[in-house]
Amino acid sequence: MISLDYDETLQAAAGHQAEEIRERIMREHPGEYVLAVEGNAPTGDGGVYCTVAGRTFLDILKESAEGAKAIIAWGSCASDGCVQAASPNPTGAKPVHEIIHSHPIINVPGCPPIAEVMTGVLTYILTFDKLPELDRFGRPKMFYGQRIHDKCYRRSYFDAGQFVETWEDDGARKGWCLYKMGCRGPMTYNSCSTFKWNNGVSFPIGSGHGCIGCSENKFWDNGPFYTRLTNVPLPGVESTPDKIGKYAAVAAGVGVAAHAASYAANQGIKKAKKNRQTKKLLESDKEE
Amino acid sequence: MAKQRVVVDPVTRIEGHLRVEAMLNESGVIGDAISSGTMWRGIELILKGRDPRDAWAFCERICGVCTTVHALASVRCVENALGIRIPENANIIRNIMFLTQMVQDHVIHFYHLHALDWVDLVSALGADPSKTAALAQSVSPSWPKSSPGYFADIQKTLKKFVESGQLGLFQNAYWGHPAYKLPAEANLMAVAHYLEALNWQKEIIKIHTIFGGKNPHPNYLVGGMASTIDLQSDNAINMERLNMIRDLIKQAAVIVEQMYIPDLLAVASFYPEWTQIGGGLGNYMVYGDLPAKDISDASSFRFPPGVILNKNLSEVLAVDPTNPEEIREEVTHSWYEYPDQVASLHPWDGVTVPKYTGPKPPYSQLDETGTYSWLKSPRWKGHAVEVGPLARMLVGYAHGRDDFREVVNEALGRLNVPATALFSTLGRTAARGLETRLGIKWLQDEFDHLIGNLKGGDTLVADTSRWEPSTWPGEARGFGFTEAPRGSLGHWIHIKNEKIESYQIVVPSTWNASPKDARGQKGAYEAALVGTPMADPERPVEILRTIHSFDPCLACASHVLGPDGRKLAEVIVR
Repeated sequence: MISLDYDETLQAAAGHQAEEIRERIMREHPGEYVLAVEGNAPTGDGGVYCTVAGRTFLDILKESAEGAKAIIAWGSCASDGCVQAASPNPTGAKPVHEIIHSHPIINVPGCPPIAEVMTGVLTYILTFDKLPELDRFGRPKMFYGQRIHDKCYRRSYFDAGQFVETWEDDGARKGWCLYKMGCRGPMTYNSCSTFKWNNGVSFPIGSGHGCIGCSENKFWDNGPFYTRLTNVPLPGVESTPDKIGKYAAVAAGVGVAAHAASYAANQGIKKAKKNRQTKKLLESDKEE
Repeated sequence: MAKQRVVVDPVTRIEGHLRVEAMLNESGVIGDAISSGTMWRGIELILKGRDPRDAWAFCERICGVCTTVHALASVRCVENALGIRIPENANIIRNIMFLTQMVQDHVIHFYHLHALDWVDLVSALGADPSKTAALAQSVSPSWPKSSPGYFADIQKTLKKFVESGQLGLFQNAYWGHPAYKLPAEANLMAVAHYLEALNWQKEIIKIHTIFGGKNPHPNYLVGGMASTIDLQSDNAINMERLNMIRDLIKQAAVIVEQMYIPDLLAVASFYPEWTQIGGGLGNYMVYGDLPAKDISDASSFRFPPGVILNKNLSEVLAVDPTNPEEIREEVTHSWYEYPDQVASLHPWDGVTVPKYTGPKPPYSQLDETGTYSWLKSPRWKGHAVEVGPLARMLVGYAHGRDDFREVVNEALGRLNVPATALFSTLGRTAARGLETRLGIKWLQDEFDHLIGNLKGGDTLVADTSRWEPSTWPGEARGFGFTEAPRGSLGHWIHIKNEKIESYQIVVPSTWNASPKDARGQKGAYEAALVGTPMADPERPVEILRTIHSFDPCLACASHVLGPDGRKLAEVIVR
């Protein structure tokens, strides 16, 4: 059973009665609670850009993290800084992993993340009593292991060189590839093209707009959004089938190479984190 | 009772971060109050220098609750600056998305953010399920889920939940407070519908997913919409998608007419004293929205624009947000500074320079005579005004519009109260429900309108003639607006050499939650709290009732960004 005890948007208690709940969880359940953070802490000017109950969010975050069994950074704000950390980052907003170093942080990026991904990460921890395997950005591999592009239902149009060139052209109506309209699918690791959104109804590309890459680090400063990515090898519209095949293979090759690098880099970090985490989980087992 | 200062921070069941300090007099009545937005993130500074076509995505992230409204205001703002007229279908789709948002948001507000101010969850344990069924059937004869067995099951679940000792979201609240007046059966009915609404809200919003690819934060497009319509394509808006929308609208109509509205009126009937409390300013402002074809034609708006001063429903004043003399923002009590100590600025000339001069955290109290909020104080021709559902219903009513008069008069009749009852906390809460009734009807109308256009062969959803920046003027100014669920929202842009030169946003909750201005005029929250009697200052449910009646969105109000506000969710694992 999951007991959601402190959530300002939904909880019935307010004011000091609300804060008492947070204090009680920390006091009565050290090492037992999961801290899922949404948003991030502004660190500029001592943290005055966000206060709750007269205290800085920065201070509350540090305090709440201390006794947590696991920490999830839910959404791009918590996991990467997101839009308020976009240049020039007026408040010095920092993601959780740049503030909390005592725990491995499970980053669940997306603006917002897919609901099923959020519940999937949490229930995985509870069901199997361990943290999900993470990539080098701290993202669960189970949901962020592949690019939108890898599983996109419009991928065949990319490979065939059939692109939407303007909103409302024939390609747009037929559902051709949105790469030339700026789609970030080729560089975005997320599950949108597999799970889709809101119980599988659609996802951005499925409704005619390119992916803006909202689960990638610093995506706000990787715009403008409607300018196509220049680092993705592009099959020519006039290509022969042979040429298209070659380009597609190169594109897929880049994806694989990037993945291999991420996997290798992750192993070292993960081992260190895993040892510490396993110890922590074992300890909490004993207490229970 | 001695004089006392009551601090509520965090005000929960809202979006964003709000602090309220209320000063009680000897008789336990609020004599003065301040409202403080305690977070700022600086969206306007972040937008400078970016591509105007991207602005909607940044702005949309200001808030995750009324998720589409900033995107809509932003694309309208850029289109206004660049002289783009969107196709009729794009206007209809945006109206459908607007109404979907409004209907979902208002139902969520009633059940999940506001109801627990009136409904005692724990008291529902003592209800008789058969009597609850009889009550439910009497207030809503057509609603199918009202059998004694259904309520007995809900009660059993609730009992198990309470007995487990894990009250989760419902712990440490004001249960048993003398201000709760509903009989146990009405409480049980409301708890059951809290769960029904939670289940339903994820359905209606699929309309956003169909047109915008996801929710929260569906995609918009400068020039129209990206969701092409092609009835002969399986990869565009087609019959399958239209059928889904039609079904979702039908389902929403049942929820609103057979559950929300009957519940609202049933709960309201037990709290007649709250038609006398929380009126506040008595000034109301509406920019208007839901154009028939073109946003520049205000005469075609389903929500007519206008201003009402001093509760005078016999006169509706014209409002022009582009007039530098009408809307001006002050920073007298805010943590910002203006150049050359200027008193106020119109948003087109607006600047955002943070300057924190509040107490050093941790602090226990703010100084009402000094600076105390991250919100500016917007004023209309110098007047503090309230925006939101009540303002919209009053302006529509005062304009003499039949559709508004019909739903308002029916509700007043059912509750047996005069029109002046609307100027209150309960009036604000009721207006939100009445507006939802209009919203559901309009949603069906807009859908029919779309089908009509498609029958006529018009499938266009985007105007791409000014998509390329090379077609833009060297410099342009624009204004975009919408009636967000919480009230009038305005975006002002200045484009120079294909980039954003400046961007200013004045959101509904900035109007409502604003601090005092230079003349000492209170913001709408502050004014509405004055005069409220409190039974138990330790458990200030009365403050929550009035503040929640505005449906605060502080994430928006302090121009902060963040899909879900900054919050910590702590979950206990057992």
